[in-house]
Amino acid sequence: MSALLEIEDLRTHFFTTAGVVKAVNGISYDVQKGETVAIVGESGCGKSVSALSVLGLIPNPPGRIVGGAIRFLGDDLIKLDDLQIRNIRGRQIGMIFQEPMTSLNPVLTIGLQLTETMEHHLGMDRADAEKKAVEYLRLVGISEPERRIRQYPHHLSGGMRQRVMIAMALCCEPKLIIADEPTTALDVTIQAQILELMKNLTKRMGVALIIITHNLGVVARYADRVNVMYAGKIIERGLAADIYREPRHPYTLGLLSSVPRLDQPRQKRLDPIDGQPPDLTRLGAGCSFLPRCKFAVDKCASEIPPLETVGNGHLSACWEKENLEMVKG
Amino acid sequence: MASPSDLAVSEMDFDTVPERSWVDKIKDTARKKPLGAVSACAVLVMILLAAFANVITFYDPVQNAFDSMHVAPSVTHWFGTDQFGRDIFTRIVFGARTALFVGFSASILGSTAGLILGVGSAYFGGRFDLIFQRFMDIFISFPLIIMALSVVSIFGTGTQNVIFAITIPLIPRCARVVRSSALSIREIPYVDAARALGFAHVRIISRHMIPNVMAPYLIMLTSFLGQAILLEASLSYLGLGVQEPTAAWGLMLQGGAEEYAESAPWIPVFPGLAITAAVFAFNLFGDAVRDTLDPRLRSE
Repeated sequence: MSALLEIEDLRTHFFTTAGVVKAVNGISYDVQKGETVAIVGESGCGKSVSALSVLGLIPNPPGRIVGGAIRFLGDDLIKLDDLQIRNIRGRQIGMIFQEPMTSLNPVLTIGLQLTETMEHHLGMDRADAEKKAVEYLRLVGISEPERRIRQYPHHLSGGMRQRVMIAMALCCEPKLIIADEPTTALDVTIQAQILELMKNLTKRMGVALIIITHNLGVVARYADRVNVMYAGKIIERGLAADIYREPRHPYTLGLLSSVPRLDQPRQKRLDPIDGQPPDLTRLGAGCSFLPRCKFAVDKCASEIPPLETVGNGHLSACWEKENLEMVKG
Repeated sequence: MASPSDLAVSEMDFDTVPERSWVDKIKDTARKKPLGAVSACAVLVMILLAAFANVITFYDPVQNAFDSMHVAPSVTHWFGTDQFGRDIFTRIVFGARTALFVGFSASILGSTAGLILGVGSAYFGGRFDLIFQRFMDIFISFPLIIMALSVVSIFGTGTQNVIFAITIPLIPRCARVVRSSALSIREIPYVDAARALGFAHVRIISRHMIPNVMAPYLIMLTSFLGQAILLEASLSYLGLGVQEPTAAWGLMLQGGAEEYAESAPWIPVFPGLAITAAVFAFNLFGDAVRDTLDPRLRSE
C-alpha cells in the first residue's frame, strides 16, 4: 500500500541578507492513511517550515523549496500550480494553527467561517453548509452550536476557538490534517482535552494526522510514529514506544532526560541539554548536534551521519547509535 | 454594600445583556460628542436641502430674471439676487446638490479605489508593494489642487471630469493609510489560515482583509468629504470645474467676488458662507467619526 503522504529529501531554504537559512535540509518521511505522526523538535529546528512546505505556504520571498518531492496520493505537491494546490488546501489537507486566538477572522461569525469553507470546496449551499457546521461544532464538543454559529470569535475562549479550528479543518473531510503546535497556546487541562478530541475524531473519521510539537508528553500519548528533528534534519524516527524506551540518538536521549517522567524516581534531577541549537546559516561539515553531544567521536566532526535503521522501523542518524547507554539516575 | 451574590457574574449574564435600542445609542453618542452630533445634524440638513432642493425653493436656479438684478436680501429674496437676477438662496440650495454630489462621489470612489489598492499592495507585499508604493509617493507629492488641475486640464471641464479630477489625488492618500493597517493584519495568522483553507487571493482580500480595515477606510472617507467639497469649489472658482449655468458655490463666488464685493456684497458672501459651513461641518463630522472608530485617538 502506498503512503498517503511521502516527503522525499525536502529542502526549504530562506534566502536572507544574513545568508541562506537551511530551515529544512533534506528530510524524508511518510504518513500512512489514518496514522498519527509526530514531528518533535525544539523551536527553530524546521518542524513548522516542513509542514508549511507541504501546503505551499512558505512566504516567498524569502523562502523557497529548493529541492525534493512531496507526494500526496501520488501527486507531487511542489509541482502543482496555484489553482491545483488551492484545491488540495482545506479540501484534502486541513491545517490547525498554533494560535487559536488569532487564527479566526475577528469580524466574521463562527458560522460564516465554517460554511465558507464548505461552500467553497464542496459546493454546498448556505443552508446545508450551516446544518453541517452545527453538526461539526457539536462533534468537537461545543455546547449550543445553533447559537454559537451566530457568535464572533471574541465570544469564545481559547480552547473553544481551537475546537472551532478543528471543526473547520475536519468539515471538508480531508485525508490529512496538519496540526502545528495545536495546544501550545492553551492551558494544560485544555491541552489534554483538545488532543484527546483530535485523536478520537481523526481515528473515527480515518484521517491521518501530523502533530508538530515540542512537547514529548504529547508524542508519547497520541502519536503512532515519531520523527525527531534537529537543525533542519530528521535525526531519529520510530514507533513512539520504541523511541521512549530506547532512544538511539543523543539528542532524543537529552530531550527525554530533560523532562520529568513518572517512571523515574521523584528526586531525580532533570538534566538539560547544554548549549544552543546551531545557526542554520552556518552548518558545518559534520553532525550539527556535535557541539552539544556527550557521545561525540572523531568521525562526527567530518561526516554527517545518515539516517540508518537500528531495529524494527527504528532509524537514527548517529555514528554512535549502537553504543548509547541510557543514563539512568 | 453589595453582597457577594450581587457581585458574582455568571457567563449567562454576559450572554443575556439586552441589546440597547439604536435610539439610546445615538443619544449616548451625542452626549459624548456634542460637536460630532452638531456636525452630523448639519451634514444631514445639507443632504436634505440637496435632496429636496426643488421643494424648498420658489425660483428657478438657472433662469435669468433681468427685472430683479442685484436685489438686496429681503422677504422675497432671502439672500438677495445675483447679477442675472437669480435668487441666491435658490442657487445655494441647488449648489448644495452639486457640492454634495461631487463631494460624495469623489470621496467614495477615491477611498474605495484606495482601499482595494492599499489592501492588495499589503497582501501581495514584496517587490509589487515596493514599486506600487513608489508610484503612490509620486502622486502624493503633488498638492491636491495641483493634481486636480492637471487632470482637468487633460480631460476638460464638466461635472464628471471634476469628480474624476478630485478622485485621482484622493486615491493614494487613502491607499497609504489603508495599506499600513492592512500590513499588520497580513501578519495575523488568520490570513494564513484562510490560505491554508484553499481560498484564492481575491477572496482572502475581499472577505478576510477588507472587513478588517473598515475603520481606517471610513475615517479616510469622511475626512475626504470636506476636502472634496472644497476642491470642487476651488476648481469651479478657477473656472475649471462645474460650468455655468449650473449652480455651484465656487462658481457663484467667482462671479460675485470680483465685481460686486462692494456694491452687492450678498452675492459673494452667501456662497462663501455656504462653502465654509459645509467644509467645517464635514471636517468636524470626519473628526467625530475618527474618534469613534479609532480607539487609539480617543482624547479622554
